[in-house]
Amino acid sequence: MNRQLVLRVIAKLMIPFILIFALYVQFHGDFGPGGGFQAGVALAAGVIFYALIFGLARTRRAVPDSLLDGMIAGGVLLYGGVGVAGMLLGGNFLDYFVLDADTVIGQHRGIFWVEAGVGITVSSVMLRIFYLFADRANLTESERDHPEGER
Amino acid sequence: MMVVAVVALARSRNLFAVVVLAGAYSFLMATVLVALDAVDVAMTEAAVGAGISTVLFLGALYLCRSEEAKPAHRPLIPFALAVSTGALLVYGSLGLPDFSDPQAPIHTHVAPRYLNDGPQETGVPNVVTAVLASYRGFDTFGETTVVFTAGVGVIVLLRRRRKDKNKES
Repeated sequence: MNRQLVLRVIAKLMIPFILIFALYVQFHGDFGPGGGFQAGVALAAGVIFYALIFGLARTRRAVPDSLLDGMIAGGVLLYGGVGVAGMLLGGNFLDYFVLDADTVIGQHRGIFWVEAGVGITVSSVMLRIFYLFADRANLTESERDHPEGER
Repeated sequence: MMVVAVVALARSRNLFAVVVLAGAYSFLMATVLVALDAVDVAMTEAAVGAGISTVLFLGALYLCRSEEAKPAHRPLIPFALAVSTGALLVYGSLGLPDFSDPQAPIHTHVAPRYLNDGPQETGVPNVVTAVLASYRGFDTFGETTVVFTAGVGVIVLLRRRRKDKNKES
């Protein structure tokens, strides 16, 4: 789909807004509808949109596999880390009241980081699954074209 | 419209049409969820159901044939199983309290506490976020771990195949 001019222009117009909207949903989830899961999915959808129009190779250069692998684990670790931080500060696991002197601010802080962890893991898992599927499509195609295989 | 989409889904043999119809069905479902005031779920449904899963299905279709194979035998036993499971579920739903009944147990147990004390205790105006991330933090942690595990599982499965092919070639 690389040569479709309309698609390229529209995609370039829309993708920044999709990504901004994802971030808005992520960080505004306390006040409006949304949260980490929705934000992560929207973020992944935006990047997948880019990959559909501009090709997998360019997307992989922008968002490399190793970064995604790190993010998959990093999100869960961030979530768990918030829980452990609560324990270290004298509360129970995932107890946000101790994260700040003011319990309400502590709750806010805990929810923020936990949602960030969810968003990171969800978006990277979605993207990684998409990469793997798209990669298999490329693989069979290249095997068809070059039976010896270059990989 | 949703009924039309489902009937068309079940009858169509062209898998490409099935994927597109499933995406349309997801969007309709999202509008239903907005009408039910569940905007969070509607956003998830629109992005995952209509967006990402459609793309993944199309990617899978690219790898295989796009026409469904004819079934080898008449699917009478699966049909009977599906009907009896559906009947059981309908029978079970008869025991549920009426829709939007204020005396239902779900509305009298912890929900009032979340709604009344949640904004003061957490300082978060969106009760859904407060319940998900704070009161039900353990559940959401488990949920995130499930997503993580699913991702790792897919990575392990698809990566190994690629290595095997490398060895063969």
